[in-house]
Amino acid sequence: MTDTHILTTPLTDEHVAELRAGDRVLLSGVVYTARDAAHRRMIECLERDEPLPIPIDGQVIYYVGPTPAPPGRVIGSAGPTTSYRMDPYTQRLLALGLKATIGKGRRSQQVVEAMKRHRAVYLAAIGGAAALIASSIKECKVLAYEDLGPEAVRRLVVENFPAIVANDIYGGSVYEETTECSD
Amino acid sequence: MRTVEFETIAEAVADAAIDAGRVLPEDVLAALAAAHDRETAPIAKEILERVIENARIAREHQMPLCQDCGLAVCFVRIGSEVRVAGGGIADAINEGVRRGYERGYLRKSVLNDPLKRMNTDDNTPAVIHFDIVGADELTIGYMAKGGGCENMSRTAMLTPADGRDGVIEFVVKTVRKAGGNPCPPIIVGVGIGGTLERAALLAKRTLLRRLDEHNDDADLAALEAEILDRVNALGIGPQGMGGNTTALGVHVEAFPCHIASLPVAVNIECHSHRTRRIVL
Repeated sequence: MTDTHILTTPLTDEHVAELRAGDRVLLSGVVYTARDAAHRRMIECLERDEPLPIPIDGQVIYYVGPTPAPPGRVIGSAGPTTSYRMDPYTQRLLALGLKATIGKGRRSQQVVEAMKRHRAVYLAAIGGAAALIASSIKECKVLAYEDLGPEAVRRLVVENFPAIVANDIYGGSVYEETTECSD
Repeated sequence: MRTVEFETIAEAVADAAIDAGRVLPEDVLAALAAAHDRETAPIAKEILERVIENARIAREHQMPLCQDCGLAVCFVRIGSEVRVAGGGIADAINEGVRRGYERGYLRKSVLNDPLKRMNTDDNTPAVIHFDIVGADELTIGYMAKGGGCENMSRTAMLTPADGRDGVIEFVVKTVRKAGGNPCPPIIVGVGIGGTLERAALLAKRTLLRRLDEHNDDADLAALEAEILDRVNALGIGPQGMGGNTTALGVHVEAFPCHIASLPVAVNIECHSHRTRRIVL
């Protein structure tokens, strides 16, 4: 039977060292949202030596573009988007101390290696379970890039957000059995 | 001549967009439940359980099933005896999408230009395909198509020598390459024949078929069953974490083609399969 880890952000090296691929995680605390367009802007920020809109060291980024919040709710449905599209930007953020990313689907070999090097993990949330996941999100505030609409950077406060450790810092992966094929 | 009002079409599309966004069709729920009973891997069982629970929460709390509420794709069948009053039919469909996505708190995921990439803020335009048919029929096959699974779709111009085996290999390879990205368990639409664009159109349109319906042609129905077995033998499983449910179904449609050609298109659909049939 796999372990379930109760974690609170920000994360430390000690936290992630405990995690093994396949373990279940219940995450609480602050996580930041960013997907394709926000990543692009953040990397452009770094290239211009400008400060990022969010702290990175020890933090968690969730790849999500939620639906609009209906009256009486803090957020709409909020499941993960496919992570590989963020691979070109991820190494840069890992080098700045990003400790975990949350998304769905496998990562590139370069990102997997960078996660080992920088001691960071990749957590998988269940794609398409967006209404279920929304119930673990307690606060939501747009922090930057509001013009991007669903792609804006948000600060979420989550409580027992359910995820599965997809890649650990030792090279373990839940996706290993399904090897990618080339054309 | 039958007259259908612009407003009637717009409202029907708006209602379909909202309902499809929140309520998973019975045939999909039944296929998910059957997959859950069949699975033996604990992680696969657990994921399917959560997906089924998600559908219940979405329906009961009137929330979108998925944060990716998709791009609206419509297959319109309009009879030559039908006249739309008060505006054009494409405008009516787009107006319906606009209203539905706003009223239903659905996410607007459409950009104005693939390179400039500014959100249109109302999820329009829809992608609309027209078939002109006889008599006074007006039906719209509505689909909210997610971006993650659409990205994993592929076409190939095979050669006649590749034949049936070549088609199967290409489909299996496409699904294998997609892995966990398109949110398995997936539904696989396969279009064979025609031309480059006809094959792609068939692959998309066949996704509108119910999961418990097979191709009327016995050979193509057998091909569907064979591809489904091959795909599920890949072991990708729910969310790509292993298991014997990679696909809930495979739909194949074929069309006559050129003596030199064997076009194949594979359109991948996620488990959040949001379709409606609108009869006006």
